[in-house]
Amino acid sequence: MAFIPHTEKDVAAMLAAIGVERIDQLFDEIPANLRVKSLAGVPVALNEMEIGRLMSARARQDGRPLCFIGAGAYEHHIPAAVWAITTRGEFYSAYTPYQAEASQGTLQLLYEYQTMISNLTGMQVSNASLYDGASAVAEASLMAVRANRKSKSQRILVPTTVHPHYRRVATATASNQGLRFEDVPYGATEGRTLVDALAKYDGQDTTAIVLQQPNFFGVLEEVDAITDWAHARGIFVIAVVNPTSLALLKPPGEWGAKGADIVVGEGQPLGVPLSSGGPYFGFITTRMEYVRQMPGRIVGRTVDLNGKEGFTLTLQAREQHIRRAKATSNICTNQGLLVTAATIYMSLMGAEGLRRVAAASHAQTRELVTALTRIKGVRPAFNTPCFHESVLLLDRPVAPVLKSLEAQGVLAGFNLADHYPELGPALLVCATETKTAADIDTYARALTDAMKAARAA
Amino acid sequence: MSNVPADLKYTRTHEWVRSLKDGTIEIGITDHAQHSLGDLVFVEVPEAGRQVGAGEPCAVVESVKAASDVYAPVAGEVTAGNAELATTPELINQDPFGAGWMMRLKPANPGLLSELMTPQEYAALLKAEGG
Amino acid sequence: MREKVIFEYSHPGRGATDQWPSDAPEATDIPDALRRKSAPILPEVSELETVRHFTRLSQLNFSIDTHFYPLGSCTMKYNPKACNQYAMLPEFLARHPLAPESHSQGFLTCMFELQEMLKEVTGMQGVSLTPMAGAHGEFAGVAMIRAYHRARGDLARNEIIVPEAAHGTNPATATMCGCVVKEIAVDADGDVDIEALKAAVGPKTAGIMLTNPSTLGVFERRIEEVARIVHAAGGLLYYDGANLNAILGKVRPGDMGFDVIHMNLHKTFSTPHGGGGPGAGAVGVSARLAPFLPIPIVGKDGDKYRWLAETDLPQSIGRLSAFMGNAGVLLRAYIYMRLLGREGMSQVGDFATLNANYMLARLTQAGFEAAYPARRASHEFIITLKKQARELNISAMDFAKRLLDHGFHAPTTYFPLLVPECLLIEPTETESKDVLDAFIDAMVHIQREATEEPEHVRGAPHTMPVRRLDDVRAAKQLDLTWKPTAA
Repeated sequence: MAFIPHTEKDVAAMLAAIGVERIDQLFDEIPANLRVKSLAGVPVALNEMEIGRLMSARARQDGRPLCFIGAGAYEHHIPAAVWAITTRGEFYSAYTPYQAEASQGTLQLLYEYQTMISNLTGMQVSNASLYDGASAVAEASLMAVRANRKSKSQRILVPTTVHPHYRRVATATASNQGLRFEDVPYGATEGRTLVDALAKYDGQDTTAIVLQQPNFFGVLEEVDAITDWAHARGIFVIAVVNPTSLALLKPPGEWGAKGADIVVGEGQPLGVPLSSGGPYFGFITTRMEYVRQMPGRIVGRTVDLNGKEGFTLTLQAREQHIRRAKATSNICTNQGLLVTAATIYMSLMGAEGLRRVAAASHAQTRELVTALTRIKGVRPAFNTPCFHESVLLLDRPVAPVLKSLEAQGVLAGFNLADHYPELGPALLVCATETKTAADIDTYARALTDAMKAARAA
Repeated sequence: MSNVPADLKYTRTHEWVRSLKDGTIEIGITDHAQHSLGDLVFVEVPEAGRQVGAGEPCAVVESVKAASDVYAPVAGEVTAGNAELATTPELINQDPFGAGWMMRLKPANPGLLSELMTPQEYAALLKAEGG
Repeated sequence: MREKVIFEYSHPGRGATDQWPSDAPEATDIPDALRRKSAPILPEVSELETVRHFTRLSQLNFSIDTHFYPLGSCTMKYNPKACNQYAMLPEFLARHPLAPESHSQGFLTCMFELQEMLKEVTGMQGVSLTPMAGAHGEFAGVAMIRAYHRARGDLARNEIIVPEAAHGTNPATATMCGCVVKEIAVDADGDVDIEALKAAVGPKTAGIMLTNPSTLGVFERRIEEVARIVHAAGGLLYYDGANLNAILGKVRPGDMGFDVIHMNLHKTFSTPHGGGGPGAGAVGVSARLAPFLPIPIVGKDGDKYRWLAETDLPQSIGRLSAFMGNAGVLLRAYIYMRLLGREGMSQVGDFATLNANYMLARLTQAGFEAAYPARRASHEFIITLKKQARELNISAMDFAKRLLDHGFHAPTTYFPLLVPECLLIEPTETESKDVLDAFIDAMVHIQREATEEPEHVRGAPHTMPVRRLDDVRAAKQLDLTWKPTAA
């Protein structure tokens, strides 16, 4: 089914108006040798009933195991109202709001979103979203190079406690424009960047430092000391944050004496389901003085011909459709529908609801860690405060243990062997407000059995 | 029909140049340029002391529908940028050849100024471009 | 009565309290210095107030579900509800991106089959689904071209040729990849100027970015010659798939000689536009570029599916997203392609082209001027209003705004830059003849109004929630976040 409404009568009338006899003649400018003969590699069409059965079967195949994985994507309760409204046709099937008079709904929503995310991060201004948290780090690095007039090096320091995929994406995206990303190692017992270790960069021209809070291990970085260290040397601070955590933790706008310069992060925890990693959305906020260097769409409030308040895209001259080769970024389509969901979620939760989600998630992770570290062969990796995620060390390889728990319907966490082999057998675990005491108990029992069986083998 | 004052020199990229008594030159964008950009919302001018090469982009003018670079007509050192434009960019629309001046430059080689376009040559360029 | 900004409905203590966790134990182990001292300002409204506010906002929008949206190059076709319903099955929504392959075979099967179908309809040998939008796919494509030349030791090739009619993302992307943009002219019939192309290629040519049909709405008739010239000079051909809807099932970019393409799944494959995304910009490549595809890709080992990543593709240009791209969008595209099936693909090209040519014929018969009158329309075409601008002082923007009063979203107006006062019109295949006729009637009506009551057209729109907005003020007096007014 191709959703084509034409009847034979319609087609005949249309062909007559055009002055041809067959639709095929409309392709007469295309060289005959290029015309497709058949698309045998595409299966025959299914109707809605058939695709429904197929997709249900595939979904059942994967099921819904109990998930204790975090690592950049977090399971939170999403009120039903969020997606009921977000999937309304007027939001779902609307285009980018270039014709402002026909898009006041989307534009006002984006203005409200910009306000909420600026407030949450403690900064002054936001854009209307980027693709995801990882690409946001790349865009922030490029923005820092544009905005930090005092630095020429285009060198960005990136602690290895920043999400490994984010680091990969930043390199893949921005090194083509001459940016150099340099790893900063972490303290082995603390699981965070050591302020003293930064001394080796003294006297070297650095454009920016990226700082993730909480970091990939869930550990809390010393954001004040590092921010002040950077600012004393003319280095921009790019903060990477979890938006739920900002209901409890000090926002980047208040880090150190002057606050971070650019803030980015992954917006998924705000009302977006895990959905295999996307679509999510990246947020970026900054100080007013850098607003013209910020990539992507921005919505502003103004008035119309009658003096009535209205909303419109503004500062578009920086964007690809006008500035072309000299644009701040090539971004065009961003993640509008996800921002819609996040704005509705933040409105339902408010500051107090978000604080409770953060506090409950933190508490459940603490419960989980307590329960698991009681098991022989399981101990915490680091001795420092963390938020709603934690690294555990096992006394044996992690992969077989994970497999054993998978078989019992428990996804125990993220194996750090590939990215952090220096830790030995290490597992990143996370519990949010969605996990009950019973769930934690299920995990603990399954892990106890797995460790015992492995020991006996 | 745009204004092309007879006492100035011009470039192909729509800048005008006025020779000042102290040997420096004053630079702005022409009436044609401000008209095609529309109402200006933001202008960035270079800082005094900056060295620029001939043809190097050294300032930016931004309207709602376009953002354009402004190019140094000759090499030299910037002696001043018009600070008024930060708060009142529309001066360029209102008075492009007067209060809307953008920067002043000490040319590295004053002899090269004679190679800039005359008012007649610039007017002919506008006619050819359909302006 | 306008809808206020949501903060103006806030009352201290209000919220969707039933949705909040009831237990909120103190997080005593977080150091004081790292804690938030004052709560962020977020709305304090009840659940019903939230639902009303956002429902009312939605009613201020035009959308495909409510209005005809003939935006050229955007392909605003019907977004089937089935795609949304089945992409949002609870198991798909609940799957963590890092879930093990043992619990992902259903999802991975869909992704693998999507890769295969996209290869088949485009005539390419390899596909990566990870880029999250068309522009992102463009970035991947140009980055792969650069990687290919570098791998061969050919470091001088840093020029990307772009026709002057190209979409702004093309030159912006070339710059993002550290390349230099070389623009070439398009001739009076809308084809790339072959002589200009021959002069532009050389040992520094990395590649050319083209779309076919072009942004002018016409088929690039000498495409095989263009391919020969660029390949002979050592460059590669990049296909911007924004206009794939015109040729779906009729011609394949791989057969035209393209080495790398991006597809806009939110255009051709009907995933929702969502008020500005999310999109998905899958990329397809010929065999020689396959080693450079962005990761991860879905591979098959016997009858099991798995992720192919860094160790499987050591020459990959790398990861472009934190996980695997816009998975939910990809599921919707998969469902759509299964609903179309092989027969449906070519129906799309047929009826998109029929609709466009019908509109072109009727509009020119009604006195409007086609930008390329001697050419067939592809799935879109351009009407130029330069005569109206000159004689009546009525611009394309004025027509666009007046169309809103008639209940039609305006066609694309800001682009292509090459044609003055243009309307780029793309009806898509899902619109019926009566809708097209009503649009044409509206255009005729506005034309008449332009001669009899021009002020009314210039002042449009009149019936929308707002009149024309002061863009200059929006850019000069930046008001980008709501602030509480002083008490």
